[in-house]
Amino acid sequence: MKARELSVREELLKGLWRENPVLVQVLGMCPSLAVTNTAPNALAMGVATFFVLVGSSFLVSSLRKVIPKPVRISTYIVIIATFVTIADLLLQAFVPDIHKELGAFISLIVVNCVILGRQEAFASRHGIRLAVADAVGMGAGFTFALFLLGATREILGNGTLFGVSLFGPNFEPWVVMILPPGGFLMLGAILLVFGAWKARAAARAKAAAAEPLRKAAA
Amino acid sequence: MSTGSSVIVPGPTREPGSLKLVATLVVAGVLSGAGLVATYDATLPIVQANQARALREAVFLVVPGSTKLEPFAWQGDRLVAAAEPGTNASGAPPAEVFAARDDAGTLLGYAIPADGAGFQDTIRLLVGYEPAGRRIVGVKVLESRETPGLGDKIAKDAQFAANFEALAIDPEVVLVKRGEKTAPNQVDAITGATISSRAVVKILDAVARTWASRLESAS
Repeated sequence: MKARELSVREELLKGLWRENPVLVQVLGMCPSLAVTNTAPNALAMGVATFFVLVGSSFLVSSLRKVIPKPVRISTYIVIIATFVTIADLLLQAFVPDIHKELGAFISLIVVNCVILGRQEAFASRHGIRLAVADAVGMGAGFTFALFLLGATREILGNGTLFGVSLFGPNFEPWVVMILPPGGFLMLGAILLVFGAWKARAAARAKAAAAEPLRKAAA
Repeated sequence: MSTGSSVIVPGPTREPGSLKLVATLVVAGVLSGAGLVATYDATLPIVQANQARALREAVFLVVPGSTKLEPFAWQGDRLVAAAEPGTNASGAPPAEVFAARDDAGTLLGYAIPADGAGFQDTIRLLVGYEPAGRRIVGVKVLESRETPGLGDKIAKDAQFAANFEALAIDPEVVLVKRGEKTAPNQVDAITGATISSRAVVKILDAVARTWASRLESAS
């Protein structure tokens, strides 16, 4: 029982950092590039995806013994599409401006491979608690990565954050950053920083492991 | 994805019959449909109220001083009362133009939705028109997908918006380079967004040509 307790925490945290869907698994690139031109858009897309992911994982996990294997993918798609349409309608009703900005990309959450990937790889094989923990972690990690992209692109490309001017009228915005090429540039830069970070951590761990040996040799 | 591989997949060992597969998908589809209908019904009034409110705010913005609106449609050779925005009353035609009045009921002008090709996609505008002065008194961009940072200034640039506070429609609405506006029928373009500026001017001119004579005969 104790191992399981640790496991929920582990599943929750892995999506945030070690197995972050965007920054480490490099999944779901379409929304990551397309709608991260401003921080509010990125955040709204992240939250909508979070909602769909957690809802679908919960249902898929609780129905995993009922759904026959040959039609499992079709059933997952029906479940995911239902949650996406609900998210679409809710956004349209409560934040119409953001809904207008995101346009067709909300419906495209259906084909976000992060979501179907988690159903097939995790939710369909684990209990509800673990599946929801996994979905919450992955969804939060996805939202975090999108927000990081959206905030940096908005700051550089428009000189604002959440529409609030940061640098005053003399700042000449780097317009390319809020255009599509800026999405690729910023994603590349962020992946580079994360890659370097991981490589350095790995090298340090290796050096630490080798340390006692060297001492023994000396 | 390394976490899933170590766990044994639960489920029946023998193949389920096709009837069961069909039944599963049918049940999933029916439940999904029921959930969607419930959500749609719950959100529809809010969505419609939002749209109606956005339209009212836009009308009151493009016809300064107005506080009431009245929807009309053009049929044959005259204006007829149209469906109230936000309702789906059958019988009445959809609104094509909105008469804007002040508190006392005096007609201040008309707000006319119009669209035309922009740089990337259709631009939809709401145009405030004052038949008495034969001039445009305000313009709001309802929808556009112009380039962020350049073309989308048609909706954000205060200097560009100032062009439409009193824009004569005779002999025609024309676009000039920024800072070269000398006559009341000219529009100063946005530097770096000439195509989007020209698209807006084209829509405005088309509105003026279509509606000026209609509204004159109506009032």
